[in-house]
Amino acid sequence: MSAQPASDVTSSRAPLRPVLLAVRDMTVAFGGVTAVNGLSFDAHQGEVLSVIGPNGAGKTSAFNCITGFYKPSAGRVVFDGHDITGKRPAIIAGRGVARTFQNLRLFGELTVLDNVRAGMHVRLRQNALDAVLHTPRYHRSEQEATDEAHRWLDFVGSSGDRGGAVRNLPYGEQRRVEIARALAREPKMLLLDEPAAGLNHGEKEALLGLLRRISELGTAVVLIEHDMGLVMEVSERIVVLNYGKEIAEGTPHEIRTNPAVIEAYLGSTDAEARAEAEQVAQMSDAEIFGEQEEGRS
Amino acid sequence: MSQDTHQTSPEEGPSGFVQAVDERGAAVVAAAGKGLTPRRSAGPPKAVSRALSHPLFAWAVVAFAIAMPFINSQAYAIRISTDALIFVMLAVGLNVVVGYCGLLDLGYAAFFAIGAYTSGILATTFDWHIALTVPFVIIAAVIGGLLIGGPTLRLRSDYLAIVTLGFGEIIRITANNLDFTGGPNGIFGIPDFGNFGLRTDIATYWVTAGVVSLAVLASARLGRGRLGRAWRFVREDEDAAEAMGIHTYKIKFAAYVTGAIFGGLAGVLFAAHQTAISPMSFNFLWSALILMAVVLGGMGSTPGVVVGALVISLLPELLRGAENWRYLVFGVLLIVVMIFRPQGIWPHRVSEKPSKIEKRRAREQAKGVSA
Repeated sequence: MSAQPASDVTSSRAPLRPVLLAVRDMTVAFGGVTAVNGLSFDAHQGEVLSVIGPNGAGKTSAFNCITGFYKPSAGRVVFDGHDITGKRPAIIAGRGVARTFQNLRLFGELTVLDNVRAGMHVRLRQNALDAVLHTPRYHRSEQEATDEAHRWLDFVGSSGDRGGAVRNLPYGEQRRVEIARALAREPKMLLLDEPAAGLNHGEKEALLGLLRRISELGTAVVLIEHDMGLVMEVSERIVVLNYGKEIAEGTPHEIRTNPAVIEAYLGSTDAEARAEAEQVAQMSDAEIFGEQEEGRS
Repeated sequence: MSQDTHQTSPEEGPSGFVQAVDERGAAVVAAAGKGLTPRRSAGPPKAVSRALSHPLFAWAVVAFAIAMPFINSQAYAIRISTDALIFVMLAVGLNVVVGYCGLLDLGYAAFFAIGAYTSGILATTFDWHIALTVPFVIIAAVIGGLLIGGPTLRLRSDYLAIVTLGFGEIIRITANNLDFTGGPNGIFGIPDFGNFGLRTDIATYWVTAGVVSLAVLASARLGRGRLGRAWRFVREDEDAAEAMGIHTYKIKFAAYVTGAIFGGLAGVLFAAHQTAISPMSFNFLWSALILMAVVLGGMGSTPGVVVGALVISLLPELLRGAENWRYLVFGVLLIVVMIFRPQGIWPHRVSEKPSKIEKRRAREQAKGVSA
């Protein structure tokens, strides 16, 4: 396996850290489509690990499986010594896994502060009776939540209006708020699904800095990302997927020069890929949609 | 519409666009082009809205509700006021389920019925004071909430509405067919709360006003705490809420159970006020009207829902002048309100005052800029 030499290099780079997340032979199938096919990889405490691969390689499906949104049809996921395979998302989040979504999933009609408070929900010490009676504990707990929400928003560098609805913020700001919300969970591991998508150059720079600050907190970061510049810059290790399988694993330098990775991204030969692209370009919309409908039925 | 302006504009001098810029200013037109038209100041002016949202205003309303019998003590006025207050309680209860948590419940009258029947049966068969039935009503309402909550946890929107609609009908038809509920005749001779040396209807009114005021306060406060926020998270995006470690099933259960308790207690008040209940008192129209009060007032907004409930319960009385036409006029008025104010009469406003920390931060930033 190509993974073997890679892990040796990692251990020489940094002291071997304990495994935080272990994914073993994970398979996810939707009907006839196998999105993830026997995927195995480890993520260590406090490391920045990137998962890359061409579109449709199964990265997001793997994420959804780890966080409990899909149930794997086979395999095991172990986080921090607990088997979390097929558990509810809330349980997995309770163990210390926080995530963001590929397409922002903020609570649009709620305030920015409330969005961040969502991350603290499981930690707040107050019950419904406290809220009804406005006990001192309620006031203390609410004050703490507010202060902490401000701190996380400061941490991610959010500068927008915090008392207004989050949907009124510009896109880049919303991305930051989503990360702040996940951080407020105080996770041991943060899974970010394409955090740089749709960001401009300056915002990507800021994201890079933010990822480093998160890493300094001791939080492990697992990143799905298409922006190779960002991935190569920030990752300690990279896992490459294609067709739902791991095809390579190693340091950024190793991945850059790995022939299997180059093949996965560029196709087996350039001529073949170009021919395929031309074929698609010549097809009319009707043909494409007709084919899709046949596929569905 | 926009086509018309484009076609006519070349002949009639300045285009619609230029006219719009002249009339409304370039910034407003540019913003409108991006779909950012500033909301027309549809609401009351700022000072009024600030006064309305002040806690003192809420206390003034409570004071007015309690002073009502001194203003008008006619039996008719007391009766419709009591009905209206019970309706307010139902609406704030349903607001927890529909407004806060976003679970469309078309069978809310079921909890109202459970409360009224439990209270009525216990008070008449065992000759209890009606206040003693309250703990049992709460237990029955919680069981009802769990019964409706359990099977529907995985359902969303339309499917949920159908199941809750069915639940509402099941409760009503069950009450219609059982012996101990009195069948179609229902239960009569339910005692009131006692007269405390006053006219009985006024005593009942005051008990109702007290309970309903506390219920409105409780529901407003519940909406702001940890649980209330969790309800709103579930309403906005269940998956994201789960990803934050919020167990959405528990949160939905909590919403159903809370709503059920409000409905059940409203049922006790109803039983004591009416002294007789029958299955017909809890038909689908009730569920629909309570939901109407929540939507009309502004989902998730406690003051809005109170206003909505008062409108729905009192407007038909105020329209008595229209005699047979009054329900037609009532319906048309509701449609008109919904067309011109789809967010409700008094919608929940998404905003939070800046906290001390934020004010300090803003001050420091301002200092940094000037330095």
